[in-house]
Amino acid sequence: MNRSYELMFIVRPDMVEEDLSKLVSTLESSVTSASGTAKSEVWGKRRLAYRVGKFNDGIFVLMMIEATGAVVHEVERRLRVTEPVIKFLTVRTDEELKRLDKIKKIRDSKKKASAQPAPVAAPVAPATPDAGTETPASAPV
Amino acid sequence: MAEETKAPAASGGESRPERSGGDRPERSGPPRGPRPGGGPGGPREGGRKFFRRKKVCKFCAEKIEAVNYKDVRLLAQFVAESGKITPRRLTGVCTPHQRRLSRAIKQARNIALLPFAGRAQ
Repeated sequence: MNRSYELMFIVRPDMVEEDLSKLVSTLESSVTSASGTAKSEVWGKRRLAYRVGKFNDGIFVLMMIEATGAVVHEVERRLRVTEPVIKFLTVRTDEELKRLDKIKKIRDSKKKASAQPAPVAAPVAPATPDAGTETPASAPV
Repeated sequence: MAEETKAPAASGGESRPERSGGDRPERSGPPRGPRPGGGPGGPREGGRKFFRRKKVCKFCAEKIEAVNYKDVRLLAQFVAESGKITPRRLTGVCTPHQRRLSRAIKQARNIALLPFAGRAQ
């Protein structure tokens, strides 16, 4: 039962490039070894909105993880212990993705069935390149 | 003649000496209490003015469904200079979107993308 998470953490700005990539790959491997998937992006150095432990800038790293809760717990524990990491935030995203999928499906089904006037405001693109039904009057806006 | 054409409408701040006071209960002058004046209170004084500048929810209009804590530029539009989240009645955002928005702003604050207080540098 894999859940999807987004883990963002901030590393101190005076960290070397190679150390950073080593850290990231260590974390990724700890996820994949426990049968999960991880994908990371390094956002680079950014100015922080407030001072975090003597630093005004930080290197932001974003990791997209698909694993069980225990794996993420372990990753967080590691982050807490790692000295260069100054802040992290984990967000669970599977419910959100499910909701977005549902909305997208509803919108797509409304687009295809453009024959019926949709009471809910869903401004459909007037010309849907569909070989099937072609109604001259689209949904009344 | 201009007065006659304007008279039945009875809207406008000009006071006509012929029709002062008692004729029109709506149009009496200073003795009246605080007027709504289309302000941000909504219809409070017996609903004289119902709608004030129909404000559209930006998210509903542009069909943005997911508010992510990562897009700081979008979130910063709904944050005041002091760093506080702007109330719904000023921005015109609808309730479910306002809830998601405020959650995203709080997440962004936690990860130092937005400040808790003060101007975002």
